[in-house]
Order: sequence, then C-alpha cells, then structure tokens
Amino acid sequence: MLRYAGRRLLAAIPLLFVVPLLVFILIDRAPGDQAVVLAGENPTPERIASIREQLGLDDPLIVRYFDWVVHAIRGDLGTSLLSDQRVIDLLLRRMATTMSLVLVAMVMAVLVGAVLAILSAMRPGGFFDRFINWAASVAIAIPAFWFGLVLASLFAVTYQIFPPFGYQPMSEGFGTWLSYLVLPGIALGLLPAAEVALQLRSALGQVLKTDYVLNAEAKGLSRPTIVMKHGLKNAAIPVITVLGFRVAEVLAGSVTIEIVYNMPGLGQLAVDSVQNRDIPVLLGFVLFSTIVVVLVNLLVDISYGYFNPKVRS
Amino acid sequence: MTEQEVDPRFPDPGDTPVGEVPGPDAEPELPTRPGILRSILRRRSTVVAAVFILLLIVVALAAPLLAPYDPTEQDLLIRLQGPSGAHWLGTDDYGRDALSRLIYGSRVSLWAGLQATGVALILGLPLGVLAGFYGRWLNVLLTRIMDAMMSTPSLVLAITIVAVLGGGITNAMLAIGLVMTPRFFRVARAGTMDVRHETYIEASIALGCSTWRTAVRHILPNVLPPIVLVISVSLGTAVSAEASLSFLGLGVVEPTPSWGSMLKTASSNMSLAPYLVWPPGIMIFLTVLAFTYLGDGVRRALTRSRSGRQD
Repeated sequence: MLRYAGRRLLAAIPLLFVVPLLVFILIDRAPGDQAVVLAGENPTPERIASIREQLGLDDPLIVRYFDWVVHAIRGDLGTSLLSDQRVIDLLLRRMATTMSLVLVAMVMAVLVGAVLAILSAMRPGGFFDRFINWAASVAIAIPAFWFGLVLASLFAVTYQIFPPFGYQPMSEGFGTWLSYLVLPGIALGLLPAAEVALQLRSALGQVLKTDYVLNAEAKGLSRPTIVMKHGLKNAAIPVITVLGFRVAEVLAGSVTIEIVYNMPGLGQLAVDSVQNRDIPVLLGFVLFSTIVVVLVNLLVDISYGYFNPKVRS
Repeated sequence: MTEQEVDPRFPDPGDTPVGEVPGPDAEPELPTRPGILRSILRRRSTVVAAVFILLLIVVALAAPLLAPYDPTEQDLLIRLQGPSGAHWLGTDDYGRDALSRLIYGSRVSLWAGLQATGVALILGLPLGVLAGFYGRWLNVLLTRIMDAMMSTPSLVLAITIVAVLGGGITNAMLAIGLVMTPRFFRVARAGTMDVRHETYIEASIALGCSTWRTAVRHILPNVLPPIVLVISVSLGTAVSAEASLSFLGLGVVEPTPSWGSMLKTASSNMSLAPYLVWPPGIMIFLTVLAFTYLGDGVRRALTRSRSGRQD
C-alpha cells in the first residue's frame, strides 16, 4: 500500500514543474516589454531597470525558470511587485480564509447531498426521488457567484440574518467564524451538493439491486437499515472520486465567491495580482493551486487503492 | 419587451411555442437522416430549450431594434432607479437602462460562447482523432498533456492566461477555449479508438484510402454524436465562464454590457438597488440550462437514429 502511494506521488510531481513552466512560457510569449508593462504609468528608467533585474528578464527563459524552481523548493517565491512583501507570506496569511471557505462548502455539500440521496433512495421512483433528481440537475446550471449575490442580497442586506461581507478568523470564536462562512459556503457548496446527491443516488440505486440487499430484505430488515447499513458503505466509493475532482473546481469557484463576499482570501489576491500584473504573486498562486489539486488527486487515488486492491498493481 | 418575452414561456400546453420549427407531426426535413429531427422534437424539454436559444439568437441579432435605450448612454439624474414604466428593469449606477444592457449583453454571451467552444472544438477534435487513430507515442504524449490541463483548476488557468495576454473578451474566451479543449480531445479520442479496429476502417485503409479520407469519411461520423453533446454543454460552460471573468473585471471592457459585468455593478450597489441582481443571473442560468437540455436531447436522438439504422 505504501509503495502504491509512493508511486502515485512520483507520477504526480512532474505536474508541479510543468504548470509553472507553462506560465513562464506564456509570460515570455506575451506581447510588449514586460518590464515596461509592469512599471505602470510614467515609469522612470530606474524603475524599469529594477523590475528587469528582479524578474531577470535579461536572462533566457530556461535560466529564469530554473532560478524560480530552485528558490521555490527552498520556500522562497520572490517578493510581490506591488507591496514588496514576500509572496510566501502573502499566500500563507490568506490561505486560512480560502481553506475555511472550501472546508465549509465541502462539508455542507457532503451533508446536504448525502441526506437528499439517502431520502431519495428510501422510495425509488417516488415523488421525492424524482423531484430531487430534477432539482439537482437544474441546480448544476446555477452560476455559483450569482447564487452568492442573491443569498447576500436576501439574507445579509434585506433581512440581516448573517453578517454581509468580510471574514473573521476562528480565533474570534467558532460561532463568529461560522456566521461569516454560512452564506458563501452555501453558494460555493450548491454545485458539489447537487453532484453528490445525483452520484450517491445513482450509486445507491445500483447497490440496492444486488443480491445481498435482496437477502437483507428477505431477512426482514427495514428499508432505512438496508440503505444506511448495506447501501451507503458500498455506494460511497464512487462519490469520493467525484468529490476529489470537485475540489479543484470548488477552489476555482472560491475566487468569485471571495470577491462577492469581500473575503481576504487567495482568490482576491489572485485577481489583484492579475489586475496589477504582479507576476511573482500570480506564479505563487498557480503553484499553490496546483499543489492542492495534486494532493487531492493523490488522496483520491490512494483511497481507490485502499477500497479496491485490484488498482494497486 | 420584458424579461418574460425573452423567456421561453416554460411549458404552456395551450400555446404552441414551436414557431417556424416543424411540430412533431410535420414531415421530416432531412431525407438522408429520416427521423432525427422528429426524434429531437419529440422531447418537450428539448423543444423548449431550442426555442429559448433561438429567441436568444434573435434578441442578440435584433438588439438595436429591441433595446429601448442606448445601453451605454449615461444619465446621472436617474441613477439606481427601481423598475418603472420608462425603465422596466430599472437603471444602474450610471443611470443606464438595465433592460437595454441585458438585451445587448446577450450578444456578448452568445459570441463569447461561440468563440470559446470554437477554439476548443478546432483544437480538441482533430488532436483527439489523431491520437486515437495514430496511437503509439503521440497518443501517450497528447493524453498526458490533456490530463495535466484537466487537473488544473479551469478558472485559475483562465485567469493566468488573461493575466499574461491582457483582458478583453477575445483573450478571455481564448483562455476558456483552451481550458475546455481536453473535453473534446477525450471524447474524440475515445470515439476514434472504439472504431479504430473495426473491419470497415481496416477495409478503407486496405482499399488505399488516404489517412485523411479514412478519418473524415469513416471515423468522424462515429465521433460526432458525443461531440454534439460536448459542444452544447461547452456553450453553456463558456457563457457561465464569461460571466465569471467579466464579473471579476477580467472579461469585457467597460462600458460594453455583459451579463457578468452587470452582476459586477449589481454587487457593488446591492443595498441601494437589490433588483439589479436578478435579471442577468436568471438569463445566465436559463441559457446554461437550455444548452444542457438541447445537447442532451440531440445526443439521445442521434444515438437512437444510429442504433436504429440497418447498415
């Protein structure tokens, strides 16, 4: 099992190097002199020269890339062109906000999705089952950031049930922390919740047709017992995969949600870095996102191997 | 012209919203593929989706005729006014008419969807057929690249591309198109590999057909039905992605109206003008939904007609 995990990790590592390389190539191919573009309006020659120096724009692409990689491995991602702060510090400071948001969204998605799927599976083909199936497929078409706007407009501005915007760290108390995350969490969690509901319902449907479920029915077990004890355990595996793939998209979706709720997270940092062409920060953000996605994919792979020993060879 | 008229007027059994499209009882118009159109039109959800998209195209094309005001004309005296007889959906923070902006916004959304899907189709379909047909190292190499693209968060990739190439709708859609390319690649590759070793493909090669002819005449028709579904879903994804990027200020350039940039305005005026939030979001939602239902309907029809054929 350990060897399998190690092999998966080795296969995933190249991605960490390839994605930043692509960004380097893109920056290199971009029209115009990067230093002049970055220096902003009415730049002094000194400012341009210092940016040139800082980005090493006079070096060939490959030298710049390896320079960045060597520093990145040591934990040094350079300094922001805008604020002169270390990129790694910027990322770490804002990571807690984004991770809290993603966590709340995913927990909400799993809870809501699972409950709806289980209730649907109690009476297959019943009204509730058909309604949830329809509602979940429709919910997938709702843009998350618009849903966030609507929720904020209704429950934070019109009826002031939740604090409208911003974020408070958990050190301010769990309740305060959560109250700032409920609305953005629901907005971000809608899509994965719908997907969990659909996937788990379909997986449950398959499991409930098997012989051992028939056997359990013959023994006289009640429907809830069968669904919870026999169905859920076996149906959970495909759902884990879907959730794994979703984490990347939820992370991407957190960018717009953070803007909607004015949360000081990584997404806001990324958008600011794009608008100011703050390349070191952008590279740091890309690297961070790639690491998260690689780690999650790795966990999904490993869980696969754990549940299904055939995959390991 | 209200929101309701852009709306497909969801299922209203007394009404026949089909318009120029022949109804289920009409003669099939495509003699070479009997039954496809009939088959598509048999599902009510598909018809409603198709009518909605047709209406949207008409609205986009006829925007100058339909919009009551110039979408970029500012009138600071009537800033942030709620819906009224003169301005059915109200006005935004520059006093611009929200309905006119919504109507013109459909142009940006549809055009953006076409651009992004076009890029993804033009890159993904040939590469996928190539990888599936040729196989060997090319297949491995291309599949690896596409897998890497797929495991990067799409919006992050799009944001990076916009950061480097600069904002503006064309760059943004190029970015979204690149992000969606692996979908087309995967489906085209899988479809090609399915039929690669069929007797009629081998026969075509043995008869001396060029690789190009084999690919276009014999492989492509097998790849198309699933691709139609991907096209339709991608159009929806692209409309949604354009809205996200424009909302972030990385898409359309002000003062061009787009549904995403309208939501940006709504977001910054939420307490004074909560009514601005609804129309653009509902339009994005309905458009994405319509493309999904249309794609699904066409795919079902194509699969049915293929399996029903005798040859």
